Parts: sequence; C-alpha cells; structure tokens
Amino acid sequence: MSNLNYLKMKKERRKNLTQLAAWTWSWVATLAIATFGPKFIWDDHILLTVLAVTVNFTNGILMIIANRKFFNNLDELERKIHLESLALTLGLAVVVGLTYSLLDVTDLITFDAEISNLVMFIGLAYGIILTVNTRRYS
Amino acid sequence: MKNRLKVLRAENNYTQEDLAEYIGVSRQTINAIEKGKFDPSLPTAFRISKLFKLSIEDIFQFEEN
Repeated sequence: MSNLNYLKMKKERRKNLTQLAAWTWSWVATLAIATFGPKFIWDDHILLTVLAVTVNFTNGILMIIANRKFFNNLDELERKIHLESLALTLGLAVVVGLTYSLLDVTDLITFDAEISNLVMFIGLAYGIILTVNTRRYS
Repeated sequence: MKNRLKVLRAENNYTQEDLAEYIGVSRQTINAIEKGKFDPSLPTAFRISKLFKLSIEDIFQFEEN
C-alpha cells in the first residue's frame, strides 16, 4: 500500500468518525426534542409530536448507517476488538436487561425498571469492555 | 503463531509507523502482531511478505496451541 493510500485511509477514517459523532449528537438532540417538546414547547400538538418522533427515528437510522461505515473502515485488529466488545455487550444487555425486568415483575425492586437505565448500562459496559480489550492487544 | 517481524523491521530500519503505512493497518496492529498477540489476515501476511521479499513461511511460523 502506498503512502498516498495510507493517508487517504486515515483521512477517510477521520471523516467517518466526524460523521458518526455528528449523527449521534443530532440523534440525542432530536430525542430530547421529541421527549420534552410535547410538554414544554408545542403543548401536545399531535402532528408536531409525530413529526418530532419521525425525525428522531430517521436520524437514528442514519446514525446506524454512519456507525456501519465507520466500522467497515477499521483495520483488522480494531474490528476484532470492537466485535469482541460488541458480543460481550450484547450478551450482557440481554442477560442484565431481562434480570432487571424480572426484578420489576416479581416486585423484588420497589421502583419501575426504566429502559433508560438499561441504555446507560449498555453504554457504560461497552466503554469499559472496549478499553480493556484495547489494552489486551497493546 | 511466531513471527520474525520485529527483526525484519529492525534490519530494514523501519519504524512500526513506517510498516503500518506500507501495509495499510494501524501501528497498534503491527505492535500486536510483533508481540504475537494477534495473527494477521492472509492479505496482510501477503503484503508483509511482498514488502520484505520473503515467503510467508519465512516470516510466520505456525505452531499448534
């Protein structure tokens, strides 16, 4: 591979990372608008709520496509590290998520099992596993 | 899998970054291959052998775990 191709590869990676960050932040922003907008901005106007949810959903799909593009641009070791981290995170999300739900259904916890707690757990677990995995190969 | 990558790189005065550039992978990948923590894919092994003008078997030695 020539030096020019390598630089092109690095540039492409930076571009993909920037795009992924942009779509992620705009997805978070549209999610916040769709969540709080009906109550605090447009007074439960049904059409505006449907529009906000549709925009957020579309943004989410575009974020997933950007993530796939970023993933496909990683080199073989990075891809292996991410894949192992994703596999562990997926397993943990299913097991912890269902146990959490079971705790709620059987009234072993006094509060409702919120999906937001699971999302935070998934994000945290992925971050920690990715860091540990990256160190394992360095 | 054992390999002679570090020795070959030193003989040719390449840094890990140089090698990463030639092969088209990250520096971390070269480091992991040298330490035997990661086995490269076949295309990467071919690129390395092409760069050093050696056969793949001259660089990588397979051993059963």
